[in-house]
Amino acid sequence: MIPEIGHFALVMALLFAMVQSFFGLAGAARGQAAWMGAGRSAVTGQFVFVAIAFAALAWSFIQKDFSVLYVATNSNSELPVFFRFAAVWGAHEGSLLLWALCLAGWSLAVTALSSSLQVRFRSRVIGILGLISIGFMLFMLTTSNPFDRLVPAALEGKDLNPLLQDFALTIHPPILYLGYVGFSVAFAFGCATLLEGRLDSAWARWTRPWTLAAWLFLTVGIALGSWWAYYELGWGGWWFWDPVENASFMPWLAGTALIHSLAVTEKRGLFKSWTLLLAVSAFSLSLLGTFLVRSGVLVSVHAFATDPARGLFILAFLTVVIGGALALYAWRAPQLKSNAGFELAARESFVLFNNAFLVAALCLILLGTLYPLFMDAMELGKVSVGPPYFNMVFLVPMVPLLLLLGIGMHAVWKKSRLQPVRSRLLGIAAAGFAIAVIAGAAVYGEIRPMATIGFTLALWVMGSSLMIPLARLRAGQAVPGAVLGMAIAHFGVGVVTLGITGVQSFKIEEDVALAVGDTATIGGYDFRLAALRDARGPNYVAVEADVVISKDGAEITTLRPQKRLYNSGGNPMTEAGIQVGPGRDLFAALGEDLGQGRWSLRLQYKPLIRYIWLGALLIALGGGIAGLDRRYRRATAAAPGLERAAAEVTR
Amino acid sequence: MTPRRKRMLAVLAVVSGVGAAAILASFAFEENLLYFYSPTQVHAGEAPDGRTFRVGGLVTSGSVQRAEGSLEVRFVVTDNLESVPVRYTGLLPDLFREGQGIIAHGRLTESGDFIADEVLAKHDENYMPPEVAATLHTPAPARTTQ
Repeated sequence: MIPEIGHFALVMALLFAMVQSFFGLAGAARGQAAWMGAGRSAVTGQFVFVAIAFAALAWSFIQKDFSVLYVATNSNSELPVFFRFAAVWGAHEGSLLLWALCLAGWSLAVTALSSSLQVRFRSRVIGILGLISIGFMLFMLTTSNPFDRLVPAALEGKDLNPLLQDFALTIHPPILYLGYVGFSVAFAFGCATLLEGRLDSAWARWTRPWTLAAWLFLTVGIALGSWWAYYELGWGGWWFWDPVENASFMPWLAGTALIHSLAVTEKRGLFKSWTLLLAVSAFSLSLLGTFLVRSGVLVSVHAFATDPARGLFILAFLTVVIGGALALYAWRAPQLKSNAGFELAARESFVLFNNAFLVAALCLILLGTLYPLFMDAMELGKVSVGPPYFNMVFLVPMVPLLLLLGIGMHAVWKKSRLQPVRSRLLGIAAAGFAIAVIAGAAVYGEIRPMATIGFTLALWVMGSSLMIPLARLRAGQAVPGAVLGMAIAHFGVGVVTLGITGVQSFKIEEDVALAVGDTATIGGYDFRLAALRDARGPNYVAVEADVVISKDGAEITTLRPQKRLYNSGGNPMTEAGIQVGPGRDLFAALGEDLGQGRWSLRLQYKPLIRYIWLGALLIALGGGIAGLDRRYRRATAAAPGLERAAAEVTR
Repeated sequence: MTPRRKRMLAVLAVVSGVGAAAILASFAFEENLLYFYSPTQVHAGEAPDGRTFRVGGLVTSGSVQRAEGSLEVRFVVTDNLESVPVRYTGLLPDLFREGQGIIAHGRLTESGDFIADEVLAKHDENYMPPEVAATLHTPAPARTTQ
């Protein structure tokens, strides 16, 4: 009964989405207030029914209803209830439902919080969000219904993939999806603007907090994914340039470019059509990512299922959405003219460079991700593009990006006026370089060119970011949210750079064969396999090792990596032992029994790796602080210096 | 600078930047494109000498041999027509086992052994890498993913 209610709720949600998009768009086109009102109300209806469907599926999991195919395939009666709930989005059908729930949630939030928008514009935004919902609901109902019954019912479920039985499953997908899907708001704002053919700085001010919110979730989602991969599936790697990682990273790059370009559009009325193109692209890339992941054209740990019908559906949907948006853009964007000038070293130029480098990075990653598909489709052979390609081509735009970031933050709008900060910036650069060389030599015992460049850039960006709030504080001025957020986010970029440089330059990884009592030494740390024993969890048995780590004879810690065998069958799982430290992680993972009492182990020394995720969180925090800036909450008052166009916005 | 010269300068900078990036990317691309060959193709001499590539197939039952207590392992991958012996030193993935579809990354020696520096067996136990699935000569027993 419950699954049928869920199924019915999905159908209802589809109907509400249809009402929402029809009345939203047609009402705006015909200027009918009642129609537009109906479109708005449908948003709530859609959200309620998607939430009911979601709750029904969660309930089926919690009640162990193995007569539902999706539940039987992805859970097991021994699976702890915590994971049974998270298993809702552990595979294809349920994660689409989560997608739909996120979309309905964003739509509801936009509807509730956008009363300051012009009625027509708001109605168009709601209509466009409805169109996207229709696509996803249809996709679910026609090819991926999570409520399909299994006849006869299974006595026992097959179990959730053990790789996913981890705390991170409960938070990584929802947060990532909130980010992915959140770009639909900027997309809808962009399309609505194109429909109206008019863009003023108020538009940018409305779009900014929504884009920042989506981008913030995506940032945290990607960081969580990286952290999860590090301790659970990656044998200690933190980024693999896996197609699915790229699929989340490309919208992030587009979104990052967008939030910068939006700033220029808001403050100076420039880059209008470019900003719109980015708004369209960010969500299009999210959809492309969904297509790549869900259609099964790509091989990756995330690609749940391969079903040609699904692939075709998403491809068609993708074509309609992206093609439609780009056609609209090509038709309407030329009407959006901006003709304010700016000098070469003005802030606008730096944002332009920021966008150019981010988009270049995006294109290079897109090329590497899609090329194997292209080769395969043309029957030119089966190829894959290895991580070295991505590592190399990503550096090319990133080094100048970071270099200019440190200067660009201090540039003023319109005019080249860097003279006042020049000497201080030179000082930071020199100090950064000196610290990079000295600390590199002192801590890691050698000076490597790439590491020195990376550390210098990291310190340069961090130092330069701190300059702004410090100068304001020293002058006794308040630091507005937007400025503080910007400084924190950019400081976070420096912290991420520090982490990546440290771990990529000085990590040590070694596979060793140890018997109980043996010691292996890496990076000056002695790893001694002290004991092996059997352990038991709620739904698995395991072999557990005690790996005692010491340095210069002083014991530091004991790691307890496990090799697990889940009762539901399948392959063994590796549970790494990790000691977290401010300067480095120490990592040990159990391989297998090699015979003669010896086990294979992977031992790793990962300097500064924590700073990658810490920096990502700082970036997100900065985005959050900037998004909460007071001026976004003031509906009508225009900030000083803003174009008067903003004043025509009425409540 | 006049606005015109400034614009020319900007265009020049962008063009040279894009050009440099494109050249670099194409080099990086050429270096890092990894082709996949089935054991049959390897036997037919299609695989490159002295360059890394990927080979994949099923791990032949009973072929996994390990020097006791050491990290060295040998096994044979097959597409059910031809097979290639593989040598590898290190940790095998959790999902590696006989009968499983795997992909190995490495290079061919003159003796015809494949020295792998990485062995991949991703996803779950029901999963078959598509390259392997496409090149198997006798279809593997029907395995369903959901």
